[in-house]
Amino acid sequence: MVRITINGVEYQVEDDITILEACNRLDIPIPTLCHDERLNPYGACRLCLVELKGKNKLEASCTTKVRDGMEVETHSDKVVRTRREILDLLFSNHPEDCLTCEKSGDCKLQDYCYEYGVEKGSYLGEKRDYSIDDSNHFYTYDPNKCILCGKCVRVCDQLQGTSAIGFENRGFKTKVSTPFDMGLAKSTCVSCGNCVAACPVGALLPKRKIRYRAWEVKKVKTTCSYCGVGCQMYLLVKGNQVVGVEPAEGKPNNGLLCVKGRFGYSFINHTDRLKTPLIKRNGKFEEASWEEVYDLIVSKIKESKAKYGPNSLAGLTSARCTNEENYLFQKMFRALIGTNNVDHCARL
Amino acid sequence: MTNSIEEVLDNDAMFVIGSNTTENHPVIGTFMKQAIRRGTKLIVADPRRIELADYADVFLQIKPGTNIALINGMIHVIIENKLYDRDFVDKHTENFEELKKVVKDYTPELAAEICGVDKEDIIKAARIYAEAERAGIYYAMGITQHTTGTHSVMSLSNLSLICGNIGKEGAGINPLRGQNNVQGACDMGGLPTDLPGYQKVFKDEAREKFERVWKVKLPSKVGLTVPEILDEAEKGKIKFLYIMGENPMVSDPDINHVKKALTSLDFLIVQDIFLTETAELADVVLPAASFAEKDGTFTNTERRVQRIRKAIEPVGAAKADWQILTDLMVRLGHDKKYSHPSEIMDEIRSVTPSYRGISYDRIEVEGIQWPCTYMKHPGTKYLHREGIARGKGLLMAVDHRDSAEVPDSEYPFILTTGRLLYQYHTRTMTGRVDGLNKLAPESFVEINDATANKLNISNGDKVRLTTRRGSIITTARVTEIVDEGVVFMPFHYTEGAVNYLTNTKLDEHAKIPELKVAAVKIEKVGS
Ligand code: SF4
Ligand code: SF4
Ligand code: SF4
Repeated sequence: MVRITINGVEYQVEDDITILEACNRLDIPIPTLCHDERLNPYGACRLCLVELKGKNKLEASCTTKVRDGMEVETHSDKVVRTRREILDLLFSNHPEDCLTCEKSGDCKLQDYCYEYGVEKGSYLGEKRDYSIDDSNHFYTYDPNKCILCGKCVRVCDQLQGTSAIGFENRGFKTKVSTPFDMGLAKSTCVSCGNCVAACPVGALLPKRKIRYRAWEVKKVKTTCSYCGVGCQMYLLVKGNQVVGVEPAEGKPNNGLLCVKGRFGYSFINHTDRLKTPLIKRNGKFEEASWEEVYDLIVSKIKESKAKYGPNSLAGLTSARCTNEENYLFQKMFRALIGTNNVDHCARL
Repeated sequence: MTNSIEEVLDNDAMFVIGSNTTENHPVIGTFMKQAIRRGTKLIVADPRRIELADYADVFLQIKPGTNIALINGMIHVIIENKLYDRDFVDKHTENFEELKKVVKDYTPELAAEICGVDKEDIIKAARIYAEAERAGIYYAMGITQHTTGTHSVMSLSNLSLICGNIGKEGAGINPLRGQNNVQGACDMGGLPTDLPGYQKVFKDEAREKFERVWKVKLPSKVGLTVPEILDEAEKGKIKFLYIMGENPMVSDPDINHVKKALTSLDFLIVQDIFLTETAELADVVLPAASFAEKDGTFTNTERRVQRIRKAIEPVGAAKADWQILTDLMVRLGHDKKYSHPSEIMDEIRSVTPSYRGISYDRIEVEGIQWPCTYMKHPGTKYLHREGIARGKGLLMAVDHRDSAEVPDSEYPFILTTGRLLYQYHTRTMTGRVDGLNKLAPESFVEINDATANKLNISNGDKVRLTTRRGSIITTARVTEIVDEGVVFMPFHYTEGAVNYLTNTKLDEHAKIPELKVAAVKIEKVGS
C-alpha cells in the first residue's frame, strides 16, 4: 500500500496501480476517451491529465503509477483549462450534428463538452470529409466523427483477436481502416460489434431498424439465448420491442459478445412469431383459445394413458428453455403422467 | 467444463479437439486467442482447417472418426518418454497398467496412419500437452457425435489423468456445451435416466426422496432417449409426443425417418416461438414466449446459473413455457400453482444438492457455478479440487474402432457436419435476422480442390450428395479447408438439409448418433 493525496485528501491505495485506477476505485471522476480497463494503457486522448505537486508538466493518469507521498490534483484550474483545450480541438474537427446523431445522450465527447463548457469548436478550418463505410450488415463507421482514440483497433486486436482494422494515414487525415481500405464487408471482420461497444462517440454505430434516443430505452440485463457460453448482456427496450443489445461487463464474457448475441435479436419481435394456439383440423391449422387446447391436451393425455399405458407418452424437453421450465417438464411427465420418457437434444 | 471460462487465460497449453471454437463458442474463442498472445501453446485436432489452426503450434488434420487413435498415440508417446505425472498416477488413478498395455500398439506411426497425419506432429502434440504445467482440453460435438463418442471422451480423460491435468486451476477437461441451456436441461433431469441433479430413476433411494417431496409414486423404469422415442413412434408404440422448443425435423439425423416417426403418432404437441418444420406436423401448436419475455435461469457451459429477465410482454397470446406447463400441470392434478419462476427455483433447490445454495437473490448480480451446496457456498470455480470425485480416477483403456460407415466404391467420400458462426442450430431464430442470412444464406458443401477437380466440379456448381439414407442438392464450395476424401456441410438449413444424409447409428452408451461421419457419393447436377 502507498499513501497518496488526491485533491487534498489522503488515501491509502494499492501499489503498482495507476493514478486513474486509484481514482476509479475511490470514485473520483476523471474523464477519459481512450481508456478501457481491459486494454493496455494507451495515453492517446490526454483527457485524463492530472497535476502532480512539484511537476510543471501535466501527466496522463492512465499511464502514471501511484507513488508514496504523491500529491495529485484532478481538477485544478490548469487541468481543467487543458482538458477544455483538448475537447475544443476534438470538437473543432467533428460534425456539429448532435441533434440528429444516434449516439446523442450516450456520447462521451458530448458529455465532456457539456461538463467542461465547450459549446462549439473554436478552431475554424478544414473539416474531414470522408465517406461513411456502411458495407457491414450490422454497423457503420463514420470517420468524420472518429476522435482517433484507438479503442476499436485495440479491442479488435487485443480482446477479439481478429485484428481486422487499423489506423491509416497520419496527422489530419488519419482514420480507422481495413487493410487496403477495402471496406469492412471485405475485411476479416466477424461482426462481433465489440469495437462498436467500445467507441466513445458516434463513429461506430449499430445499424438500427427502429430508431431510438438513448434516454428512451430501458436496459434489461439478461443472458444470451444462443450458445452455451452464456454471455451477459443488456436488451435495449423501447415500448414493447427489443431494439438493440449491449454487452455487460463481468463474468463470463468480460464485456465481449459475438455477432449472434450482439446483432441476432430481431427474431424477438418478428412478424412470424406464433401469437395464438393452433389446432389442426382436416389438415389445416385453426386458431384456438388456451382453454380449448388445454382441454384437448389433457383429454389426449388421459386417453393415451388409459388405452396404452403411461409409457406410450413421451416428451422432448429443451436445451433452449430455462432450468425452471425443464424442471417442470420432467416433473409433469414423471409425477403426473407416470413415465420417464423425457429427453432432449443434448446429443445434437 | 471442469474449469471456468476465465481459466482459459491460465492454461499453459490448450488441446482443442473436435471444437470449432471461434465459430461455435465465439467468446471462448476470443479468450483462447488472448491466451495464445500471452504465450499459451495450442494443439488443434480437427478434420477441417478451422480458424484456430492458424494459431496452433501443432495442427492435426485428422480423418473424421479417428479421435481415439490420435489420443492413444499421444498417450503412447507420453508413456514411452515417461512424460506422465507418476505421482498423480500412483495416488489418484487406477488401471494404469491396463491402459499402458492397450496404448502400446498405438505407436506414432500407426496412429499417424489411421488419422492421416504426420507422426512427428503427434509426437510434438504429446510433448506440448504433457510438458505444460497446466493444460486444458476443450472439445465439443467433434468428439461426441460418433459411434465411439463415449470412448473418445474416456480417452481424453485418460490423457488428462495421466498428466495430472485435472483438479487444478487452468487444467482440466472441458466439453463446450452447444445450446444455451443444454447444461441446465441435463441438470434438471431432462434425461430418461435421471431425476434433477443426476439422481437415478432406478435407484430406490433417489426416487423415494422425490416421491416424498412430490407426493406421488414415481416410475422406476428407465425411459427412452430421443432416437428411441422416434423409433418407437414409427413402430406405433409411442402414441403421444410433446415437443417443447426443439426442431428434430432439421436437427436430427435421417429426416425421412424423423418425419415417418412424427406422422405415425396419434397426437403431437409442439410448443415453440415459431411455426418450425416440426410444428407443421403437429396436431396442436402452443405459442411460447421468447427469452426476452420471461424470467428464469440458464446454466452455461461452465456450470454458472445465470438469470434471464423479462424485458417485454409476450407477443400476442404467447405464454412463457413455465406458465403453460403450470397451467397444464394443475389440470392434471398438480397441487401447486407457481406464480413466478423463483418459486420453481426454490423447489429445485430443495431436491437438487448441487443447486441447494442457489436462489434468485444470490444470483441477482452475478451467476453462481454449481456445485453450490449451501446458502453461503461461493460456488465452484473448477471441479475435482479435492482429488478425483470418485475417489480415484479410473483409466479406461479403449481401442480405435472404425466409424459405422466407411467409404467404399459406391459411396467414396466421408461426409462430416458442423455449424457456422452466422447461424444457430435450425435457424428458427437466426434465419429471421437479415444480416445473418446475408452472410450465410444457404446450404453448401465444402469440397477439396483436388476432389472437385476429379469430379469436374467448380466453385458454385450445384451438386447432388447421396448416402444410403437420402439424397439432396446443394452448392459446392471448393476449398482447402477440408482434405481430399472428406466433405463438410453445415446442418442449419432446411433446403438442402444435410440431415437427410446423416447416419442414425448410435453410440451404444450415450445414444448419440454418428452425425460426424457418413459415406457419401457426390455428383455434379445437370451441366
Ligand atoms: S466487429 Fe469485431 S471483428 Fe469487426 S472490426 Fe469490430 S471488433 Fe473487429
Ligand atoms: S472509431 Fe470510435 S473507437 Fe475507433 S478510434 Fe474512432 S472514436 Fe475511437
Ligand atoms: S454472445 Fe455469442 S458467444 Fe456469447 S453466448 Fe451469445 S452466441 Fe454465445
